Amino acid sequence: MSDAADTAPASATASAAVRPKIDIRDLHFSVEDREILKGITLSIAPGEVLCVMGLSGSGKSTLLRNLAGLVKPTRGEIYIDGQEISRLSEDQLLEVRAKIGVVFQYAALFDSMNVFENIAFGILRGPRRRENRKLKRSALMQMVAERLRDVGLPGIEKRMPADLSGGMRRRVGLARALATTPDIVLYDEPTSGLDPVTAAQIDDLILRTRDQNNVTSVVVSHDMGSIFRIADRVLMIYEGKAQIYGTRDEVRASNDPVVRQFIAGDINGPIQVRRR
Amino acid sequence: MSGGTPFDTLPAPLYTHLAVTTKRSEGETPGPPESEAEGEAPKEPTSENLAEEVAEALEDVGGFSLRVTLGSLAGLVAYFGEVVALLLQSVRALFTRGLHGGDLLRQMSVIGAESVPISLLTVGFTGAILALYTADTLRQYGAADLVGGVVALSIVRESGPILVAVSIAARAGSAMTAEIASMKVSEQIDALRTMALSPVEYLVVPRLVASLVMLPVVCVCADIAGVWGGYVVAAGFDIPATTYLSSIRLLMEPDGRDITQGLLKTVVFGGIIALVGCREGLETSGGATGVGRSTTRSVVIAIVLIFIANFFLSFLMKNANLF
Repeated sequence: MSDAADTAPASATASAAVRPKIDIRDLHFSVEDREILKGITLSIAPGEVLCVMGLSGSGKSTLLRNLAGLVKPTRGEIYIDGQEISRLSEDQLLEVRAKIGVVFQYAALFDSMNVFENIAFGILRGPRRRENRKLKRSALMQMVAERLRDVGLPGIEKRMPADLSGGMRRRVGLARALATTPDIVLYDEPTSGLDPVTAAQIDDLILRTRDQNNVTSVVVSHDMGSIFRIADRVLMIYEGKAQIYGTRDEVRASNDPVVRQFIAGDINGPIQVRRR
Repeated sequence: MSGGTPFDTLPAPLYTHLAVTTKRSEGETPGPPESEAEGEAPKEPTSENLAEEVAEALEDVGGFSLRVTLGSLAGLVAYFGEVVALLLQSVRALFTRGLHGGDLLRQMSVIGAESVPISLLTVGFTGAILALYTADTLRQYGAADLVGGVVALSIVRESGPILVAVSIAARAGSAMTAEIASMKVSEQIDALRTMALSPVEYLVVPRLVASLVMLPVVCVCADIAGVWGGYVVAAGFDIPATTYLSSIRLLMEPDGRDITQGLLKTVVFGGIIALVGCREGLETSGGATGVGRSTTRSVVIAIVLIFIANFFLSFLMKNANLF
């Protein structure tokens, strides 16, 4: 591990004067014989934006799936608001997931529902279903319209997911995740495949969501511009381990050749991309 | 499977025997046995040796068959356990988290209402065929008046429930699996879970309840179509409607047990279709290929289980005088 990565726990401790929103300790995850995550440790403070970067297949999305409780770690612990979630049953996890919104890489919209139903589904059937049960249709329509305006897609309520472009689907997925007003939002490559203006709009939305509701965000991304625009902290996963974990300025100034090569997108360097 | 031969799964002696026979039939002279090649004296082919070899080959074939049978049985028991576990989870979800009316109505429409035409056609024509065969035969014995009863009994107790179940397994069961499987591979199931919604609660429970309720309803309609189909053919044999109907009253149990037993079977079949369909969908992996594979598996497994369940239910109803 690089020098910067070695100093990571200290900086993490400094930021965790308040109880961390998410606390990951020695997280390991394997599929069959392949070890994907090899001991990730970090803390994320409430309202912090953590960007996770790394090569394709390095385990970034797996880290998100562990945080959302969609898979169970092989070893290690994950605390959300002080509650250890990796040993919870599926029913107990449903309660924890009420605090979490996930924006999936390919949106994962329900293709049997139109855009309005997709977003309203989270509101009416999601974690706050009891509170929202008596919501009037007009109020619901207004809420959905607001979320769609936030992601720059007003007036597409009646369109079906199959009729949307990849970028539009991604933004509807984002609107759906934010509609339930979660405390934590996990974004899996929210800006990949989007034009620079729309990507900047999504970045702005992530920051606004954080500022307005003190939402804690974990953003998996390859978009270096986006990462250095929105991140409070950056984690780089390389060969299953935290290659670097620090503030965006620390990462930007890092002399670690792996980090430098990744940020520069250079072919030559210590990172050798395996041909599959 | 690349490079494999059709003999790959056969026991060794049988494989050797078949390989040698194949070579002979292709005009090749089989090489010497390994022992001979290593310098050992070849065994003289005597009737005792031959009998020994045949006995060994048969023993291997027997062992192989036993292993396959036991493996299949173990697989069937394990599968049955998984289906029962899904049933228990569904019952628990139904009582702890309730049932969404809109979801239930949608599934009742898909599984029930939309399956009525195909069920009416299959059972209606089956009734007609039954009448076609029985009317001619019964007339030879002077019992043509009983055609209605024979057709109705066959339809209500056996053909109706089985054909309705098979039609719905093929039509709605496959659709169930394909829909859930494509949701699985496109992360929609994960999206449900992140919205604090259990896939069992949202996907399995409405389909299970709709199947349990709608199969008997569809079966009643199909039974009527079957009896009516039989009447259309019987009318061609100059059997009047009153005779046809009175023979139904004559042969069927006056307490309606024949009908209720048939409908009870469809409840069990409905459970099988929904649980197998949902289980296969939820266990899907491997993209579009996986969706296709799961859908095929779902229909095949559901139909096999329906026929097995039908035997045991018929046995219980007939011999143990249950229900």
